This record gives sequence, C-alpha cells and structure tokens, in this order.
Amino acid sequence: MSNETTATTERRGQAPRGERIADWADGRLGIYSLAKANMRKIFPDHWSFMLGEVALYSFIIIILTGVYLTLFFHPSMAEVTYHGSYVPMHGIKMTQAFESTLNISFDVRGGLLIRQIHHWAALVFLAAMMVHMMRVFFTGAFRKPREVNWLFGFLLFVLGMFTGFTGYSLPDDLLSGTGVRFIEGVILAMPLVGSYLQMFIFGGEFPGHDIIPRFFTVHVLLLPGIMLGLLVAHLILVFYHKHTQFPGAGKTNNNVVGMPLLPVYMAKAGGFFFLVFGVISVIAAVASINPVWAIGPYRPDQVSTGAQPDWYMGFAEGLVRVMPGWEWNFWGHTINFGVLIPILVFPLVLVAIAVYPFIESWVRGDKREHHILDRPRNVPTRTGFGVAWLVAYFVMLIGGGNDLWATHFHLSINSITWFVRIAFFVGPVLAFIATKRICLGLQRRDKDKVLHGRESGIIKRLPHGEFIEVHEPLNQEQLHVLTQHEQPEPLELGPEVDENGVRRKFKRSQKLRAKLSKGYYGEDNVIPKPTVEEYKEITSGHGHH
Amino acid sequence: MKKLSARRRHPLAALVVLLFALAVTGGLYAAFAPADKAQADDTAQSLAIKEGKKLFAVGCASCHGTGGQGTSDGPSLVGVGAAAVDFQVGTGRMPAQQPGAQVPRKRNIYSNAQIDQLAAYVASLGPGPSVPDKSQYSAAGADVAKGGELFRTNCAQCHNFTGKGGALTNGKYAPTLEGVDPKHIYEAMQTGPQNMPSFGDGTLSPQNKKDIVAYLGAVNGDKTASPGGMELGGLGPVTEGLFGYIFGLGACVAVAIWVAARTTKAKKS
Amino acid sequence: MSETEENLPSERDVAHEGAVGKADNPFADPGLPAHEHRIQDIDERAAKRSERTVAMLFLVSMLATVAFIASYVAIPIDKIVYIFPIGHVSGLNFALGLTLGVALFCIGAGAVHWARTLMSDEEVADERHPIEATPDVKAKVLADFAQGAKESQFGRRKLIRNTMFGALALVPLSGVVLLRDLGPLPEKKLRTTGWKKGIRLVNQSTNLPLRPEDIAVGSLTFAKPEGLEESDEDFANKIAKDALMLVRIQPQNIKDKQELAWSHEGIVAYSKICTHVGCPISLYEQQTHHVLCPCHQSTFDLSDGGRVIFGPAGHALPQLHITVKDGFLEAVSDFAEPVGPSFWERG
Repeated sequence: MSNETTATTERRGQAPRGERIADWADGRLGIYSLAKANMRKIFPDHWSFMLGEVALYSFIIIILTGVYLTLFFHPSMAEVTYHGSYVPMHGIKMTQAFESTLNISFDVRGGLLIRQIHHWAALVFLAAMMVHMMRVFFTGAFRKPREVNWLFGFLLFVLGMFTGFTGYSLPDDLLSGTGVRFIEGVILAMPLVGSYLQMFIFGGEFPGHDIIPRFFTVHVLLLPGIMLGLLVAHLILVFYHKHTQFPGAGKTNNNVVGMPLLPVYMAKAGGFFFLVFGVISVIAAVASINPVWAIGPYRPDQVSTGAQPDWYMGFAEGLVRVMPGWEWNFWGHTINFGVLIPILVFPLVLVAIAVYPFIESWVRGDKREHHILDRPRNVPTRTGFGVAWLVAYFVMLIGGGNDLWATHFHLSINSITWFVRIAFFVGPVLAFIATKRICLGLQRRDKDKVLHGRESGIIKRLPHGEFIEVHEPLNQEQLHVLTQHEQPEPLELGPEVDENGVRRKFKRSQKLRAKLSKGYYGEDNVIPKPTVEEYKEITSGHGHH
Repeated sequence: MKKLSARRRHPLAALVVLLFALAVTGGLYAAFAPADKAQADDTAQSLAIKEGKKLFAVGCASCHGTGGQGTSDGPSLVGVGAAAVDFQVGTGRMPAQQPGAQVPRKRNIYSNAQIDQLAAYVASLGPGPSVPDKSQYSAAGADVAKGGELFRTNCAQCHNFTGKGGALTNGKYAPTLEGVDPKHIYEAMQTGPQNMPSFGDGTLSPQNKKDIVAYLGAVNGDKTASPGGMELGGLGPVTEGLFGYIFGLGACVAVAIWVAARTTKAKKS
Repeated sequence: MSETEENLPSERDVAHEGAVGKADNPFADPGLPAHEHRIQDIDERAAKRSERTVAMLFLVSMLATVAFIASYVAIPIDKIVYIFPIGHVSGLNFALGLTLGVALFCIGAGAVHWARTLMSDEEVADERHPIEATPDVKAKVLADFAQGAKESQFGRRKLIRNTMFGALALVPLSGVVLLRDLGPLPEKKLRTTGWKKGIRLVNQSTNLPLRPEDIAVGSLTFAKPEGLEESDEDFANKIAKDALMLVRIQPQNIKDKQELAWSHEGIVAYSKICTHVGCPISLYEQQTHHVLCPCHQSTFDLSDGGRVIFGPAGHALPQLHITVKDGFLEAVSDFAEPVGPSFWERG
C-alpha cells in the first residue's frame, strides 16, 4: 500500500491516463470525496440481504427488455385483421396492440424471448420485493433509522403491482382484457363519481379506443419513472444508513462488519446481476409465459375460465371473489358493496403492514437507532403479527385461484369460497397464537442451549446402565448471540395516585399503549433469558448433561 | 355298407356326429326360433337394436329404466339419440360407477360394436342426433381460425382458452378436452352431456362444429407446439406465478446463498 | 408516562456491554474472530486453480455469446423442435434463451468465484455514526432558518403570504380543467343498449336470425342485435352491452312469473354481461339452470329471474323481453334496467 503511494508521488507530473480522467471529473463532480465515503463501504454477507438485490436486478432487466419491446409494440386499439405467421389466428379481427404482440412473438427473431424475459422478470421482481419486505419485517430491520426507507420500499411494491397490472393489460388479449373490464367495474362502483371517472378514464364507453394507449403511457413512463426515483432514494438510504447485521462476534450496534464494496461487493453484487439475468433468461428459454396466441384477442363478449391476474394481484382477486354480493339501493342510487368493500380492504391490508413500524415504535416507546437485527423468535408479538398477515394474504391467494383449487383437488368451488371467507378472519388469529407459542418455545430452547449446551447426538452409557446424551457447551460467540437481545419491563402507567394524593388521569391512548406494551414485554410474552449467575451456577457445579 | 359300418366305428365318428348334430340344431334354431320377428325387419339394424336392448338391460336399465324411460337415478333416454350413447359410453362415463357431483370420464368397457348396438337401441326409443360420420369432424375443409373465435365465444368460458377444463358450481367441472376423440367432442356439442348445454345445429351449424373440432386439434393436440417452452398446464397466471416463485425466485435465492456463503477455510493444522 | 422511556436500556449500554466486564461475563461479545486463511491464500496452486476456473467461466460466456449469434442467424424463427422434457417448442427461443442465459450466468459466476476465492476475505468493521445531527449542528441550522425566515419577512407581510397561498392553491386547477376532455359525460350511455322493439336476435356463431325452433331445451345460444357486424367500427363498445345468451327451459320449470311472461315458449334471453364487474358470464349448467361467472363465481339462476344465488354480484341478470314475429325471435323493447356492473346513478 505504502509502496504504491510513493510510486504515485514519484510519478507526479505524468499521472496515468485513468487518474487524469478522474482528476478532470473530480474538478467538476467532486468524485474523490464521494469515493472516499463509499468506495470501501462495508457490506455484511448474508443471503437474505440479497433478496433486495434480486428485486433491483429484475427491475433493471425489466427496463432493458421493456425498451426493446417498445420498439415493436403498437399501443393502439385500431382494429386490424391478422395475416401474420400464426396460422390459427388468420383472418381474426384484433386490435393493433394484440397484432403487434403476436408479431413480436412470431415474426421478430428473439422477440418471444425478450417478451418472456420481461414477463418472468416482472413476476420475480414482485416476488423478490415481497420476500425482501418479509425479511426486513421479521428481523426488525425497519426500526429507526430505517422507517422512511421501509415506506419507500413499500411504495415500490405497491407501484410495482400497478405497473405489472398495466403491463399485463397491454397485449389486449382475452385474459388481460377481462382484467381491464374488471377495472371498469371497480371504477363504476365508486360512489358519486364512478360513472364519470369511467367515461374519463376509458374515453367513453368500455372498451373504447383509448385505454390501451393510456395504460401504455402509465406503464412505460409514469409509474416506472416514479419507481426509478424511489429506487434511487431507497439505495441512497441503504448506503447512508449502512446495512444492518445479524448479531455475532464483534458485531455491535455501532459498527458494521463485512467486506468492502471495492473490490468484493463490486464483484459479488455486479456478478449477482448477471446471475439473476442468466437465471431469468434460462427460465424464459424453457417455460412459456402468457402465451397470448393461445388466449386470443379480447372481445367484450368472450371469456375463458381461469380468468386470473398475475400472482401479485391474486390477493385482490381473492378478496373480490369471496365477497358476498351486497348491494344497496336508496333514493335512486346504488352502492355496489360486492366490489367496493374488497377494493377498500385491499389497500387496508397493505397499509396494515406499512404502518406497523410506527405502531411498534410507539408501543415499545423505542426511539433509539437499531442496527443489529432481531431474531424473529425474540419478538414473538411482531413475528406473530407478521405470520398472521401472511396467512391472511395467502388465504386470499387461495381465494383468487379457487377455481383451479376446485378442479385440481376435486373440491367444490363454493366450499372453497366459504372456507376462505371464514379463514380470512380465523386463520390470522390462529396463526398469531400459534406463532407466538412457537417463538416462546424457541426462546425456551435457546435458554436450555445456553445453560446446558447443545445436544451432540452422542449417546453415552453410564456405568450403572443409564443412557445419557452428551451436551456440548456453546462457544462464547454462540452464548453471546443467544443472550444479546433486550428484555425490558413493559411500560407501566405508574401509580394511580400521584405524590400529592391526587388521582392521576390517564389518556385512553396511554392505557392502550401500556396494554399493548405488555403484549411485547409482559410475562406471558417473554421467556426470561438466562442470567450470568444462572449460567455460572450450572456450569461450575456438576458436569453438564 | 361295409365301408360305412367300418367308419361308423371309427374313433372320431362320434365327434363328427356330434358336430353335425350341433350344426343342425344351431342352424334350425337360427332359421326358426326368431322367425316371428325376423320377418318384420330382418336388417342388420334390427339385430343391432336387439343386441343393444340386451346390453341395455344388463348395463343401463337399473338407472335408466327397462325401456330407457328414466328413473330417479337416471334421466330418460328417449330422444337423446345415438350420438349421446356413443359419447357417454364411448368416453367411459356410462355406465356410471358411483353417485357424485359429476360422472367422470374413465376407461371404456364396451367394444365399438357393443356401443353401436346400444346406440342403435337407444336411438330406436325416439328420434335424436345420430353418430356423426368422419367427414363431419375431420379437419379437412375446416377453418381453424374461425373455430378459435367460435370456441372462445361458445366453449372457452367453461373449458378454458385451449380446452384445459375448468370449475363449475358445487364440485362440477368442465373436463379437459385434451386427448378426447374429435368424434366425441362433436357429439358432446350435439347432445349436451350432463350439465353441458347442447349446441344443436340451430345454435352451431355443422360447419361451426367442424371448425371448433379442428381448432382444438390445432391448439390442444398431441403435437401442438408451445413455442415459448413448457406450457405449465396452460392454465394462465396462477401456475405461472407458482413457477415464478419456486423456480424464478427459488433459483435466485439458491444462487444468493452461494454468493453470500463463507468460502471454505484452509484446515488448521 | 415519561418520555425518557425508562424501561429501555440506553443505546450506550448496549454498545458497551461487550467491553464491560468481559473477563467475568461469559455472554460478552468475544469480538471479531481472527481472520482465517482460505486455501487459496496460502497455496498458490489452489489460487491458480481458482484463476483458471474464473477464466474458464468467462471463456464459456464468450462461447455462449457466439452460440447466441449463431443461433440467431441459423435457426429459422418458425422451427419447432422437440426437447425432452419440455415438449414441442420454438427452437430459436430455446437456443437464444439458453445461450443468453449461459453467457450471462457465467460472467456472474466468474466474478463471484473470483471475489470468493481470490479477493481478500478479511472481514472489516466500520464504525457507524448516529444519523441525528449533533446539538451544535442542529442549533446552527435552526438559527439559519430563523434568520432566513425573518429576512424574507414572510411572517410579517401577511398580505403577501395569503395571496401567494391563494395563487399556489388555484394554479393546479388549470391542470384539473385540462383533464375534462379525457372522455364524454356519462349521460344515458350506461342505461341504454342496442336492443329495441323489433330488433331481431341474430345467432353470434352462424350470423343468422334465430327462429324459436333453433333453440332446443338444454341448449345455449349467444345472440347479438340484427345489424351489428363484427366489422363495425364500434363493435366492441356495442357488444360489451348487447351480448345476449339464450336458453330454453321447460315453461313449467320457470319459477319467476315475469321471466315466463318475457320469454317465448320457455326461450329466455338474458344479458351476457355479469352485474358484478361485467365479465361475459356464460358458464351455463343446463340441468340446474345455473349460470356461473368465470371471473368471480357469481352464480345466477336462469329459471328464477336471473336471481343471484352465490358470489359477489349484487343484483339479478337483466332479462330481455322477447317475442316472435314472422317466425323470428325479436326484442320487444330495450332492457328494462342498465346491463353490466352497478354504478351510483343506477338506482
């Protein structure tokens, strides 16, 4: 290192070309100061920290392939008669949007591949965002100072859903057209303004000639533009906050342990982009997605069974499918609750998880920065809530695919619908209770491990014939990891009477908070972690077994 | 005489006599026993009806009644026509095995000749659609694209875009059309088996039906190509989403585990 | 409840737990473990092997790109090949996807292998700094802000402030007004369809006017109004409201009186557009007379006035009053109510 520095000093006056370019850029962009802070930035290694990267890279793949597709796609609803290469569609009337999608698939070499990469990457993008979000949730990575970044991520997920939906609608095939028709019904169901909004958005009656071009603008310009901005902000904040890390030897709340951006993460993260791109390309080579030629062009009087949106909208689809058909008529007006309620519950469920960090920090009264991740078992209430949310989500996914469940498992579609209606309410409660129990069980096991060591699997027979399993003591890192979490007392309201003998008044919110705080730290929700004294007493006494 | 008597004692003589006697008896029976009816209509058709009636009495009458008039267990077959029998028995749906939301397709237990006999008998109960002949459902002269449009208007709502099947109410379902004989598809449209509505010639002309059958042959046949790769059941976004999660995200996660894993350390010595 | 949150340990406690009483505390953070060498760090032959592996991966990537270009040039776009176990697929799509995938994957694998085996794997700890500003910085910023605000005289000159708010509040209205021409007003558009008195029912499939005898009991027929052709400019808009399904039910099986009155000898005509969100509902079960929507499973009973018996739809399917004239089926009037999904003004 020092040799190199002297070498550069000696070479002064005839700096190498790269350095001269860097100097030029530094004089205008200040890149040296930027690099000083970031070039050797430390990133911790863990596979689950790369889920966000999968999302990022699939987003880039989507943009690259999307630009290619715009070169051939015609977002027009003008009617044409097909005369292209796909014989079973000859002479069929369709919109230019559908025709150009067929052309991309059958007449542009490699067009089908790019279409499939684009669509597969979209599914992986949303899936990766969801799983990434769950990783952040269950490890408590959303805590201060990262709440804003959590919201950015959440917004990216929601916008991703709508970008995906508008993209899915563009080919104007029979499946996606049915989805657009559903959107029309949703807009019409809006009280007061529904029919006006419908006319404005569709440029007249359904389907009209405007919706595909308008969706196109939203899909390729408006939403990706916003997402790109959010994405950059998300990444800047990741850099600025520095990454969280799991507890471990040498890992504290005040440091970050890992390897430097240059060179290790440059190679690993850069390489990972190619790996993700490669995986998705191979999937696009072997698995068909959205074969619009088999689906046919959209016509408002045609439909196919199995009419579903892509998976990320399946949850909304489920809500709509299992909603009972309620409708109010009063004073010449109609409210279509069969549509309206699911459409209101849909954002509510999403918002429930989005605002959770703020609720938790309020309940726990925690205003400190957290950079060490929680082990999910150590926060049973949060973990229980997260699992309950996932159960509600997946129950609705079942609801969204109830027809396929019915045919593939020989069930009645009506029974599945009823099951989903009940499970949506009961399932999360059961999941919450069960998860909490499991977490507490795991905490108990951790405690046993700390005090009595790890089960080694070696069975020993004692001289008097008794069989015992040999327990191996944990090393100090393991002991540290299993005991480093906090277990504070729950918040108390304090005495009901203050020092002057006056009855204190508590706000309702204070009472609620104290009650909820018990849910996090109360006796029933925590297995007290072993103390040093307990440990010493056991280890110093007799041999461990 | 001597020769004759000598042969009479031949060991095989008894056998010859026996065979002769049997042949004569059988011939006499064939000539005289059914004589009363044979004189009325001695065509092959009537023979088929008669044989069909016997088969019907054994395999069908317990549910559909001895005269096909229907019972509480099975509908009347008067007027359903030969096409309905050929479809129901030919696809193994009839005779039904057990009660349920719907009678499933299964292995057919009758020979073609027996099915024809049964069909002839049921057709004799009342006028109905007859079994189509090959020219009606062969792909020759059919417009596949038009068939596709007709399929999407009339059939896809239950059977899916390319005939992969779909769910109906309370456990009923529209079966997959994969590997179904074109003749049976044609007959199903003609007769409307179980809960499927019928598409008589007033609803779908014979040419319409021919086009639909040809379309199915093109998009759901043995050799049908799926240019993009594995079809994933041809069921749309649900299976695609599942595949994307398991193999798309799954593969990315597997790779991530490798990327983030610690490199093997040199053994301490 | 105090704002100091006395139930939680302070940040510094957590941070220093390791340092305090390390000797006595078996649970204390042992600190970063000493770096262990990989085989590549100590054995140059192993390092060479790694180098060769990385180079090999990059080489494979190059070859795959060449193969990609070769496939692009050589394989006809309509060539279908059988590939086990995938099936009959486009040879071009398969070859391009696979070669592209390999080309990309190998670059990534090479880079990662390089990073994992040859680049330094020494774990480094970086200090974190609190995100919050120090009190000095905060005080400086607040003072700057106060000075700037004062110099602007924003607080003092209320007239300026209020008119500025007014102008800023009004100016976006121009943008809203500009959206007016996105589409027409609804007026009666959602209430009327192409059906009216004397319009014949034309079979969608055969394009012929329908006679009662065309429609057998248990059959299902789709109809459109006479005069509406697929080649029409606004066919999609029209058929989105006019699509009709015709079934024939034995008159004694029709439970609803009005349905019977609006039918012709058991032939009933219902809108094909679901009243939930407008999917073309048509999964007709001829034995139960139920019709199911494939989108959200709303189920209607066509023998009972199109009543909803299951699912999210809020009202019955509209029935078209039909009759027979000169041997052909025709409409008696338009639908008595709007077809398709509900809307606020529907009533």
